[in-house]
Amino acid sequence: MERRGAAIAIDGLRKEYASAGGVTVAIDNVDLKIAPGEFVCIVGPSGCGKSTLLRILAGLETQSGGVLSVEAAGWAVQNAMVFQESGLFPWMTVETNVGFGLMTRGVARSEIDARVDGALKLVGLTKFRRHYPHQLSGGMRQRGAIARAFVTDPAILLMDEPFAALDAQNRAILQAELVRIWEETRKTVVYITHSIDEALMLGDRTVIMTAHPGRIKRIVDVPFARPRDVMALSGTPEFGALKLDIWRVLEEEVMRAREEFDL
Amino acid sequence: MTRAAKFADKLLYLVSPALLLGLWQALLMMGYGDRRFIPAPTDIFWRFISVVSTGELEQHVAVTLWRTFAGYFIGAIPGIAVGLLMAMFRPVRIFFDPLIAMLFPIPKVALMPLLLLAFGFGDASKIALVATGVFFPVVVNTYAGAANIDRIYWDVAKNYGASQWIVFSRIVLFGAMPMIFAGLRIALAVAFIVLIASEFVATKTGLGFLIWNSWQLMEVDFMFAGIVTIGLLGLIFSVVFDWIEKRAVPWKLRDRG
Ligand SMILES: Nc1ncnc2c1ncn2[C@@H]1O[C@H](COP(=O)(O)OP(=O)(O)OP(=O)(O)O)[C@@H](O)[C@H]1O
Ligand SMILES: [Mg+2]
Repeated sequence: MERRGAAIAIDGLRKEYASAGGVTVAIDNVDLKIAPGEFVCIVGPSGCGKSTLLRILAGLETQSGGVLSVEAAGWAVQNAMVFQESGLFPWMTVETNVGFGLMTRGVARSEIDARVDGALKLVGLTKFRRHYPHQLSGGMRQRGAIARAFVTDPAILLMDEPFAALDAQNRAILQAELVRIWEETRKTVVYITHSIDEALMLGDRTVIMTAHPGRIKRIVDVPFARPRDVMALSGTPEFGALKLDIWRVLEEEVMRAREEFDL
Repeated sequence: MTRAAKFADKLLYLVSPALLLGLWQALLMMGYGDRRFIPAPTDIFWRFISVVSTGELEQHVAVTLWRTFAGYFIGAIPGIAVGLLMAMFRPVRIFFDPLIAMLFPIPKVALMPLLLLAFGFGDASKIALVATGVFFPVVVNTYAGAANIDRIYWDVAKNYGASQWIVFSRIVLFGAMPMIFAGLRIALAVAFIVLIASEFVATKTGLGFLIWNSWQLMEVDFMFAGIVTIGLLGLIFSVVFDWIEKRAVPWKLRDRG
């Protein structure tokens, strides 16, 4: 069967959390259609429900209302998430961690080894494969978590600020790798970030969310042709104009969030 | 840490017991205390040598060790299993919670008459007592360790398609491992405490019997030889335990000295 990227349709999605202080509405009335193989970035103020949305997509949380449908025929693995904190298991070496999502699915030992080798090379952790996470730096742990997701070859990559903890050089290298992998495999990528630059360099569209409770405020098409030369692109006037545009929208929401939380 | 500094640490480790022994010996030699009732360390040492050479002490040690280890494993393995299952499955937790709350605080020696009735005067009753004593600290610590595993690890396991069995064997077991070892360490001390106390009665073997019997015969130096033996065994186990823990929990953050 030929693989197409996964299509995602989100309709009127709502999530509330019950807590001692009452009910918190994390996201409300989110409508979003993601085309097969699309790269969508999500930006929004802190606490607006970005992680919540991603967790629902990952099947870790059940929505309180609305409909989510995913169509990913022909893929062995539906989705893999790169969490905001690395979430590498402290009791497993780097290589065991990276192979985890293959081991759970009963992939043969020899195939796991081969694929883990490739993924470790990709993120530059080959030398540290026998180390435990506490022996790595924060950025190295995050690279391990990225390798763990990539190696499963999922229909949908869910990434929650995956590169935020990395140094600028490694971030640039991994961003380029991510785009290369995406172009090669036509995965659907949902990518949360705080950086407008990153959203414009990586994505096909940028979704801007409102402050608490999270709704979709605006969806911006990112028109730059691919392959994108990241360094050159960020100097162009079009890039600057679009960035400013998004920043204005976002700023309003961030100010609103700050008022609400009494900052 | 340099080799010299490590060596200095090891020396320091010996200072407090050496001081205690020195003080004890000195006081007796200066005529404080009656050496018939309170033997000096040297008296105990010579008695210790003589009972070791006749093989008398070894017999009792062997019996006590056998009872300790048999009871320890019979108590610890179900303790670990139940603790992990409690963390994974709510019904298991609800079932065991009141039992543990009720039975844990009972001093296990108080169960000795009951166990003598159930298992007779042989080794079985002592092994059962040790097993009950060991079970509770192990189950409580294991559960606490497994229940406090960070939520993100459950999330990762779920998102990456882990089955119940994999969650159990790769996440919960290892995530709880540092606490399991804390529980096992407490349980080892408990095992000795309840066993020696139980050997005071209803048996003619074991270190507990040796201590109680020599006390009744007023062979105080032999009694002390028994006590010293228990102390030495405790020390050996502690070292062996550290060695095993370092290998079983290699990811544990240790001080970087
Ligand atoms: N398990 C939970 N129980 C109760 N409330 C929660 C829970 N998880 C999230 N929330 C609430 O839902 C809202 C959205 O949280 P979420 O983590 O999705 O935000 P976010 O957009 O990812 O923020 P950030 O950019 O800081 O990571 C917050 O108000 C948070 O307090
Ligand atoms: Mg978040």
